[in-house]
Amino acid sequence: MTAGNGAYRVVGTRPVRHDGVDKVTGRARYGVDANMPGMVWGKVLRSPHARARIRGIDTSRAEAAGQVLAVVTGDDFPDPGAGEAEANESGMQSLRYMAERVIARGRVTYEGQVIAAVAAASVHEAEEAISLIDVDYEVLPPVLDVRESMQDDAPVILDDLHTETGGVFDDNPSNIAKHFIFEEGDVEAGYAAADLVMERSYSTAMVHQGYIEPHNALAYWNQDGHLIVESSSQGHFGIRDELATMLEHPKSKIRVLPAEIGGGFGGKTTVYLEPLAAVLSRKIGRPVKMTMNRTEVLIGTGPAPGAFMTVKMGVTNEGKITAVNVDLAFEAGGYPGSAVSAGCLCCIGPFDIENFRVDGYDVVVNKPKSHAYRAPGAPQAEFAVDALIDEICEELDMDPLEFRRLNASKEGDLRVDGTRFHPIGNIETIDAAVATDHWQSELGESTGTKRRGRGVASGYWLNGGGKSSAVARLNGDGTVTLLEGSMDIGGTRTSIAMQLAEFLGIPIEDVDPIVPDTDSIAFTGVTGGSRVTYATGWAAIEAAEDLKDQMVEGLADYWDVPAESISFDAGVFSQNGTSLNFTEAAAALQEDGLEVVGKATASPNAAGNTFAIHIADVEVDTETGKVDVLRYTALQDAGTAIYPPYVEGQMEGGVAQGVGWALNEEYVYSPDGRMLNASFLDYRMPTSLDLPMIETVIVEVPNPGHPYGVRGVGEVPIVPPLAAMANAISNAIGVRIRDLPASPREVQAAVANSA
Amino acid sequence: MRAIQYAAPSTVEDAVAILAEHGSDARMLAGGTDLIVQVREDARDTGVFVDAKKIPELMELSVNADGSTTLGAAVPCHQLYNDAHFTATYPAVTDAARIIGSTGIQGRASVGGNLCNSGPAGDTIPPLIVHSAVCNIAGPDGERTVAVEDFCTAPGRNVLADGELLVSLTLPKPPAGSGSHYLRFIPRNEMDIAVVGAGAWLQLDGETITAARTGLGAVAPTPLFVQAAGDALVGMTADEDAFAVAADIARDAASPIDDMRGTIAHRKQLSYVLTQRALRGAKARAQGGSPTNGH
Repeated sequence: MTAGNGAYRVVGTRPVRHDGVDKVTGRARYGVDANMPGMVWGKVLRSPHARARIRGIDTSRAEAAGQVLAVVTGDDFPDPGAGEAEANESGMQSLRYMAERVIARGRVTYEGQVIAAVAAASVHEAEEAISLIDVDYEVLPPVLDVRESMQDDAPVILDDLHTETGGVFDDNPSNIAKHFIFEEGDVEAGYAAADLVMERSYSTAMVHQGYIEPHNALAYWNQDGHLIVESSSQGHFGIRDELATMLEHPKSKIRVLPAEIGGGFGGKTTVYLEPLAAVLSRKIGRPVKMTMNRTEVLIGTGPAPGAFMTVKMGVTNEGKITAVNVDLAFEAGGYPGSAVSAGCLCCIGPFDIENFRVDGYDVVVNKPKSHAYRAPGAPQAEFAVDALIDEICEELDMDPLEFRRLNASKEGDLRVDGTRFHPIGNIETIDAAVATDHWQSELGESTGTKRRGRGVASGYWLNGGGKSSAVARLNGDGTVTLLEGSMDIGGTRTSIAMQLAEFLGIPIEDVDPIVPDTDSIAFTGVTGGSRVTYATGWAAIEAAEDLKDQMVEGLADYWDVPAESISFDAGVFSQNGTSLNFTEAAAALQEDGLEVVGKATASPNAAGNTFAIHIADVEVDTETGKVDVLRYTALQDAGTAIYPPYVEGQMEGGVAQGVGWALNEEYVYSPDGRMLNASFLDYRMPTSLDLPMIETVIVEVPNPGHPYGVRGVGEVPIVPPLAAMANAISNAIGVRIRDLPASPREVQAAVANSA
Repeated sequence: MRAIQYAAPSTVEDAVAILAEHGSDARMLAGGTDLIVQVREDARDTGVFVDAKKIPELMELSVNADGSTTLGAAVPCHQLYNDAHFTATYPAVTDAARIIGSTGIQGRASVGGNLCNSGPAGDTIPPLIVHSAVCNIAGPDGERTVAVEDFCTAPGRNVLADGELLVSLTLPKPPAGSGSHYLRFIPRNEMDIAVVGAGAWLQLDGETITAARTGLGAVAPTPLFVQAAGDALVGMTADEDAFAVAADIARDAASPIDDMRGTIAHRKQLSYVLTQRALRGAKARAQGGSPTNGH
């Protein structure tokens, strides 16, 4: 493959995105817009209890109700058995746990778990029918906190769960599903060489991705046994594969249609409603549509784990880190599979540390089964490390960016998994942060009860690669129809199309990118792990190259010359002094009756790691505890920014979500395990009025593992805000904030307690 | 959610008849910004919506011969802050009208509806209290009036009996040299519900306070008229010392609960701070200026 030479024509420009007009005019078709003739509505009954045994489910009253067409429970699904399957973004998962998370079998492990589903002619009739299902629960006391759940005498939530450590399982059941250990060097020797050793504990709350669009699904069966599903997701192949597993139905007989998506952030990489709609539809032979309301989304889908974390670090008086211990305990929710392992891999990524030990615990609690949320596991883990570093910098009276530069990881340094860094842009990002107007500016005076503070924090994320497919079809007018397999959640149709346009030397407006259904393109992995612009972009470049090669072959016939004599540069085909531009070449080939289709399936695995630095200025009202964000600057290494407006958009969005995580977002529970704030009124995400204009600085250190140097950009910007905000607030009020969210009541209490 | 009947009477008499016929199964519908949400979320079971907006008395906003103002129960918030006389005369009420929900919500939501919803955190209620508003109620047995501070009886409950409706509020004309202010504390900057709200009204003779009223929201089962705080201020110089005295009384008067929106300690603290800030704002307005602290 030909690599770009850095002098790009399309890459790095700011065209109008292909899906933009339809979205702003309301024409774009989202999952919930899917309808079918004869369609009926499904609704689910959810457990009001956080932990219970189900002694029986009596659906007879509901089934007898005139308006009810079908009722299903866990008994209507295949027995999941004892095996495991690959779950999108969550590694290998127990089939039983995956199945129970869709619909309960004999036990309840969180409030909101699905018990049964009904179909009726209208939503209201379906809702009424739900109240006619009688469930006999043996209610058990819930375990709601990760520390409590790890105690030896804690009630066992899943009696078939045994702690796994390095492939070895404990004999006794436990709430600790897995204990990860990563260790290099000699930690004790590192502490011995330190002038200062500090240890602190930190915590974060369970938070939700907060996508605007609730989950939805429409399912129907063709006469030939094909299941067709329309739903908004971050990967229709993943939805297809999970459906195949849960329904024991061949993948080749399931077609999943794509839809525009109203946000996912990791939370839409798995099935919730799809299997329920499919089974209801099969039972009654009619299309079944299901949607969630906001409360169902909050209690019944996959938020990010709450975490309790302890970090111990040794440093020299000069500020060099000599050793670190990181202990991460994450709330997986009602079934195992939190993002703690990624938290382990990321927690010290920005720092070059020879001696470390990282322990990660995946712990079940009676809360919703957690799922991926933007850089899963990294925001919590890096918050703990970056907050401790801020305390150390204060103790050493050292500039926090200077500290970060002194300890910055670089190419060849050790990563937590024992491998070495490829070329990375960590130091370049730190240097860019030092050079910002924000960092060079004065914070401004604190006046009276309004105290100002500045905080800085690092971010690190792995980024992913994996399998993606693209097909490029040449049209007679010289335009190219680009089919690609990645659900577009962040403007990726455009960033992928731009790479194809760059390779072919044609204007981006001449490329029409389309995401087809699962039968119409080869397998493409989930839209997650910041992988799409990297891996699907790679596939598009390969498809473009295939297209170009076929055009050269066709033109060799057209010109009656050997293909080797034809050169291709910047969209122009030439041989022996004769040239055809791309449009002319397309017309010539069409004249010859040739259909040209380039295709590729790529599986690149050199996604470059990425780094960020964020700077936050806050003003704290010490009388009320209210925190106002005065100024916020985000910097990150994007490799090569293919489509800069969307790199900036990702950075701004990550900041907005991270600031919410830091300030107000949290799942609040009653002692009996019911979520008390399951609405957007009391689950407080920031509004546009709670954020300043976010300043962004894109640093470009190209990834040598991609033709145009792409690094994933979507996830790392949510990593630094937690520590940047906590550090800024601590700087403002002179009291350390170690537990998030730093809500007004907590900040005011911290001020009051320190007075 | 069950099927709901909708009635749109054009007179108070007809509305009373419908309410009397259906008893507690019927609810008056003004902007619907609370009621429709509650019914849809199964927080309230209602069989009949009685639309208030076709009844002229409930949509009236007028100044009476004695200078008092009649505020119809279904007059939407936006009408208040777009009315120069009302805004100049009852600024604490418009402070509240401007911060309820979004601009779109303010096009529907009414002060009367906010009062009848009787939430402890209802933003317009402390301002109505400090402006000594009186509720004009109609029912099967005729009309009666109730001081606004006596209207709410418990969270979501009030003095309206089956068959009764709130027709309007009468707000007396404030004396010269007076001013008012309402503010609330919310974790975000907009689109939120008060953790604590505080209203204050002051009348000044030079720098001396000649009359004062303060009220608190979200710190008790009903919005509170903190009469002792206002009484303590009478005769004092309107300065920080005086406001601290009143704020102390307000803090003591608050009897909040711990919930996900705020702790007892935080709400007590906010009762003090917001009363102090509301008094500062009321003083500024009494002297022809405007409040300097927004929240």
